[in-house]
Formats: sequence, C-alpha cells, structure tokens
Amino acid sequence: MVRPTNSTPAVELLRVTQRFGEYTAVADVDLRVDEGEFVAVVGPTGCGKSTLLNMIAGLRPPAAGEVRVFGQSLEGLNRRAGYLFQADALLPWKTALGNVALGLSFAGTAREEAEARARGWLAKVGLGGFEDRYPHQLSGGMRKRVALAQVLIMDPKILLMDEPFSALDVQTRQLMENELLRLWEEDQKSVLFVTHDLEEAIALADRVVVMSAGPASRPIGNFPVSLERPRDVTEVRLTEAFLEIHREVWGLLREEVMRAHGQA
Amino acid sequence: MDKRRVRLLQLALLVFLVLGWEFSVRLGWVDAFFFSKPSEIALRIFEWFKSGEVYRHLWITLAETVLAFTSGTLVGVAFGLWLALSPVAAAVLDPFLKALNSVPRVILAPIFTLWFGLGIASKVALGFTLVFFIAFFNTYQGIREVSPVVLANARMLGAGRNQLLRHVYLPSAASWILSSLRTSVGFAVIGAVVGEYLGASAGLGYVISQAEGVFDTTSVFAGIVVLAVFVVLLDVAVSVVERRLLVWRPEPGQEGGTV
Repeated sequence: MVRPTNSTPAVELLRVTQRFGEYTAVADVDLRVDEGEFVAVVGPTGCGKSTLLNMIAGLRPPAAGEVRVFGQSLEGLNRRAGYLFQADALLPWKTALGNVALGLSFAGTAREEAEARARGWLAKVGLGGFEDRYPHQLSGGMRKRVALAQVLIMDPKILLMDEPFSALDVQTRQLMENELLRLWEEDQKSVLFVTHDLEEAIALADRVVVMSAGPASRPIGNFPVSLERPRDVTEVRLTEAFLEIHREVWGLLREEVMRAHGQA
Repeated sequence: MDKRRVRLLQLALLVFLVLGWEFSVRLGWVDAFFFSKPSEIALRIFEWFKSGEVYRHLWITLAETVLAFTSGTLVGVAFGLWLALSPVAAAVLDPFLKALNSVPRVILAPIFTLWFGLGIASKVALGFTLVFFIAFFNTYQGIREVSPVVLANARMLGAGRNQLLRHVYLPSAASWILSSLRTSVGFAVIGAVVGEYLGASAGLGYVISQAEGVFDTTSVFAGIVVLAVFVVLLDVAVSVVERRLLVWRPEPGQEGGTV
C-alpha cells in the first residue's frame, strides 16, 4: 500500500506513561499511526494495551508524555476517534436502531434523518430487519455488528478497537474480521487495533506492534505486514508470506508471553 | 408445574382456611368475641359497600397513599440523582441521611400530627418519610451501578452532561427505581394507615382503630380485608407500569436468544 510518508500522523504518542496509583502500566511509549494506516498492537495479557487506547480516546489522560491527534495535542475527549470496546457497550434500553442513531442524535441531527441513516448502517453490517430488537435479543456477533455500525455512522477519522471480537466464536470472529476489512477498505480510516491474538493482528493490519510484558510495558517490535489487499482473513492465514511474518513476530512475542506468565 | 394446578391448590387452601375458621367458631372451639366469623365479616363488608360509607374512608386512604407515594418518589429520585452525581455532597450528607433513616417512623407520627393537624397532611408526611428513603437509596445505587463501559461509549459518541443523564444514567437507574416502586407503595399505605390509626377522623386506619375501641372484632377484620385487597390492587397497578417501562430488560434465561 502506498502512502504519503511526509503527512502528519493521525495519532502520535510521545514518551507517554500511564500509572494507576503505584502501578506503572505503560512507560515511555512512542507510537504513531499514519493516516489511513491499519496498525495492530499485540502483547501478553496485562501489557497495557487497553490503557493505550483509553489515553488516545482521551478517557484517561496520560500521567506523562503527550498524545497528538493530527498534529494537535489532545485535551479532553478525542472527538476524531470512534471506540469499539471489548465488552458490550450498547445501551441495553435502546433498540438496535436507537443505538446506531445515538451518536447522530447527540450531535443534534433530526430524529428522522438520524434513523434513516441508522437504518442504512444496520443494512450495511447485515442487520436489516433487526432494527427493533433490543441488545439482549441479539447474539454476541450481532451485537458487535450493531456496535460497529454505532461507531462508524459517526464517520470517525480514527478507529480504536479493543479486542472487539475476542468474545466471539472462531467462525463468527473471522466473518466479523472480513466485514471490518471490507468496511475499512471503503474509506481507509486510521485504525489502532488491540488484540492478544497474533494471527488476527497479522491478518488485519498493515503493521504489527509488539508490546513487552507489564508492568511498565512499551513497544519492543515493529513489523510491517506486506500482504496483498484485499485480504480474506481465513485464506491469508494459509499463505507462506503470512507464516513467515508469523514466525518472525512470534519469536519476539513468545518471550514476553512467557515472562507475563512467569510473573502471574 | 402448570399454572392452573397452582391456582386450584391456592383456591383449595383458601377455602380450607376460611371454612376451618368459620367452623372453629361455630363449634365453639374459639370465641367469636375475639375472632369473629368469616361469614359475618363478609356480611359486614357487604353492608359497608352497600351503604356506601366505606367509600369516603377508602378515598381518603387512597389520596394519602398516592400523595405520599408520588411526592416521596419524586423528591427521593431527585435527591438520589444529585448525590450520585456529586460525590462531595454525598460524602457530606451521608451520616445525616443514615441517621434520619434510622429513626423509626412511627415515632414521628405524633409530631407530624402536631405540626400538620389531624387531616391528610400529617399522613402524607409520614408516608413521605418512608417512601423518600426507598426511592433515594435505589436511585443512588442505580446511578452508581451504571456500567462504566456503556458510560464511556456514550461519551465517545458525543453525549453531553444532560444527554448522559437522559440516555444513560436515568434509564440505567430506572430498573432500580421501578422495582423499588412496589415496595414504596406498600410503605406509602403503611404511612397512611398508621397515621390514621394514631389520630384521624377518616380513612381505613381510622375505621379499624374505632372498631377496636369498642371491641368490634368483626369490623376490625373487615377493615383488614378491605385494606389487603386495596394494597393488592395498587401493587398490580404498579407492576403493569413497571412491565411497560422495562420492555428492554431480558426475561430470565432469554439472554442472547437468537443466533
């Protein structure tokens, strides 16, 4: 994929540190996500991957260092970013349609227009006809689709994803990954995708960043993924190029996983 | 166990108890002076409704209950919202609220009668002190238990403070508030009846108290039966409202129904 190299990065972390009381979750992190780039962050459990996302989202400002969004220092919530959470984050008292239309209605869009566009997005994620269902009436995979539509309808320039598919079964998960790639290829948002699953990271991303085991974790590896697009996440896993990258990254990640387990 | 069988067994139990009571009295096993008789009680209730004199008392008790219930709930919910969203106020007021809530309300009844007179107001005040705390604690808890993920999600989607209140905090607390309403109705009735019992000129509590004063056990039991039916009807009304407002909540075992 060809990208202008001199453009301002969508997200840039400069020597960022985050602490929770005495515990230092991440320390001196430098990370950049270019415009239109799909970056996956992998690391053992407890390496502060979600902490990174929360800082970029502006939900919890860093203890030290700077978060820049399109060149500007971030203060308060990140209005350019959409956040897909790991846990169910839909409003259980709103229907699928109400949930997807939520962001627009917060922004003051007229109800009819918001609902019309929400209908469009539900159809786009394959949930046409499920508008009036409440979240508890949908399966886990369907709820993730609604959550995806809820975020994408706001057309964020930056997409933050925190192990969004980890609770799904393998088949549903690969369906959702392909769906995500299809939607991403339409308008190439900048994506920061956090996962503990290396295969998922390689199958989706342009670049894989490996985090060291916590505490005080930081990026220790940076691997470009030059697999052709468009990809099918199921098929790409079987190619020689994929396996080669996998071997390479796993060599580094393995030590960190062992370290994380040794400490647990 | 199917529903009809349960209903039949319930009916059988009721008939057994009522007949047992009736015949224990008729056969002289227990004294009618102390226990009256179901047949007489039924007749007394029938007379009350036929003459229409009971309607005035029912109406007074209902008015007191409804007023105590709505005012206590509204103020309690508002207070709960305020304290849950303002940690400083919550920390400052916490010991005061706990102390107030630990006061047995019956003790307050004479003071309220002194302050507000023998009419409706003193009963409403008593019911209010009971209902307020239930609504307050449940709202407070409901707001504190809002899922942090749902909250963060709404904020990321651009919700302002008022929108968070309307779309996240209140609906989340609603299930707590609504399930507390049934308890609240019960307590509103208790406030009204206890207040009437201790000093009033009308209401079901007054009727029961008057009958006790002249050892008229039949009227005492008749009053209790009317009161019980009255509370059950209020409870049904509140459950209907609750079910209407909580359609989004999964029935037990319905989670993730469709695949």
